[in-house]
Amino acid sequence: MTTAEATRSNLPTILPPSGGILGALSDLFWRRPTVLLVVMLLPPVLWLGVVYLGSLLALLIQSFFSIDEFSGLINREFTLKTYGELLRPANLDIIVRTVVMAALVTLSSAVIAFPIAYFAARYARGKWKALFYLGVMMPLWSSYLVKVYAWKLILAKEGILTWLLSKLHLTALLDAWLSLPVIGGNSLSVSFTGTFIVFVYVWMPFMILPIQAALERVPGNLIEASSDLGATPRQTFRNVLFPLALPGIVAGSIFTFSLTLGDYIIPQIIGTSRLFIGQAVYAHQGTAGNIPLAAAFSVVPIVVMCLYLWGAKRMGAFDAL
Amino acid sequence: MRSDPNGRAPLPLKLAAAAGLLFLHLPILLIFVYAFTTEEKSYQWPPPGLTLQWFAVTWNRPDVWQALQLSVQVASIATAIALVLGTLCAAAISSSKFFGREAISLLVILPIALPGIITGISLRSAFSLMEIPFSTWTIMLGHATFCVVVVYNNAVARFRRTSGSMIEASMDLGAKGLQTFRHVVLPNIGTALVAGGMLAFALSFDEVIVTTFTAGQQQTLPIWMLEELIRPRQRPVTNVVAMVVVLVTLLPILAAYYLTRDGDQIAGSGK
Repeated sequence: MTTAEATRSNLPTILPPSGGILGALSDLFWRRPTVLLVVMLLPPVLWLGVVYLGSLLALLIQSFFSIDEFSGLINREFTLKTYGELLRPANLDIIVRTVVMAALVTLSSAVIAFPIAYFAARYARGKWKALFYLGVMMPLWSSYLVKVYAWKLILAKEGILTWLLSKLHLTALLDAWLSLPVIGGNSLSVSFTGTFIVFVYVWMPFMILPIQAALERVPGNLIEASSDLGATPRQTFRNVLFPLALPGIVAGSIFTFSLTLGDYIIPQIIGTSRLFIGQAVYAHQGTAGNIPLAAAFSVVPIVVMCLYLWGAKRMGAFDAL
Repeated sequence: MRSDPNGRAPLPLKLAAAAGLLFLHLPILLIFVYAFTTEEKSYQWPPPGLTLQWFAVTWNRPDVWQALQLSVQVASIATAIALVLGTLCAAAISSSKFFGREAISLLVILPIALPGIITGISLRSAFSLMEIPFSTWTIMLGHATFCVVVVYNNAVARFRRTSGSMIEASMDLGAKGLQTFRHVVLPNIGTALVAGGMLAFALSFDEVIVTTFTAGQQQTLPIWMLEELIRPRQRPVTNVVAMVVVLVTLLPILAAYYLTRDGDQIAGSGK
């Protein structure tokens, strides 16, 4: 690096120093790239560091405060009492319910997303490939609330699903399903089944693109080799395709799992009166004014996600993102 | 399982993929039918009749216009902030390797990787600790925070393809920093920035979870819709607004796709 040494020791260079403040700055940045780096990094790091990490920290601190049960005031002393409250049966129920729902949504999303991703990765070419891509992207980016609203229309008692089932003479089936405990209810729009369907619908697109990315990296001749060696399609899928697609599935599941864990709008609009973590957080910080408990509740998804990400990293999911 | 690349897909796979895509698209198309229904009180299917009157009714609703105006205002400013911060961060990350590089890229992704409710309640508790009153500015602050990542992702993908030697050549030929930026860097990353900006705009325009925590009395369009979903006042108006929102958000997505489709990473593949 002879030129760098020359400029650094201020030997005469080919070009004279540029004039003016801007010129001087430009020379400085060229001579000392670190200064430029710091100048470029400072605004985003300050913004995210102060606004975002600062807020996260504020939340974390508040989860160690407690609320005085008589006066309803927040006691700013360090305590683990609020976390203890999470272990109450009612609160534990909420946590278990949310995690189970997130797991079910993730599994179903993977099952629905896989054929779409596989077709797009292996068989779609040219125009079809672009069409598939847009076909996934447009629902993914469509308005979240509009999607939820669409399902309110579909699942309503007088809505299209009931109409369709009655045309197919399957109303009895729907009634039987709705009379089941836990997953049933008065109508689909006030049952866990409804909540589940909407969760899958809204978060499933996030699963498709990571799986497609993983599948596109599987060489076609690997599958040929497998069938040449006498494997049935089922065996090929189980022993070749699925293990290679797994990092993509895990990468996609990070989105579906995390998004379901934190959602509080879907179960509020389509679901029963039994709460999910997000609703508990919202209720405790809002009308109840119990910010410490809300903060402790919102630490749960953070911890669950950290465990999940740690596991995903060990499976190599981040290479497929 | 047939495997030659020009081969046809097995029928069950075709059917499963088609069913999956239909499952994704039909509910959105249904919104378009409901925007024309004559039924006012319920979500009756099939619609008893079709009419255009709700478009006129919606057009004359001042609350819809106010919510729309606030949404556009918030999304524009949040996008502008995100464009500056995201581009700077992407330029720094891709120009050199330094200590803490991984940590910074994680920091950018974090606001979107954690559930929105956490971002929302964190900001809210920070505002209340610092006694900042809720206003349009607190909404923008929140939106800009999670919009940075969208711009960053697009810009980083483009910077990766742009060779650093072009900047060196420009400087060797005597261009100043600003000139290099204007004539060399900007033309190279321009379309990626436009695409990132559009996606950031769409993301902010549609955001509801963080907004419920950082808004006071103001109503953005998604907050307006949420109110209507919980306490319906005039259902046909909601139907029309929902349809318009779908159309409005699709335009930036399609534009972002066409601007970046030749690249190695197409805009919008992660929300």
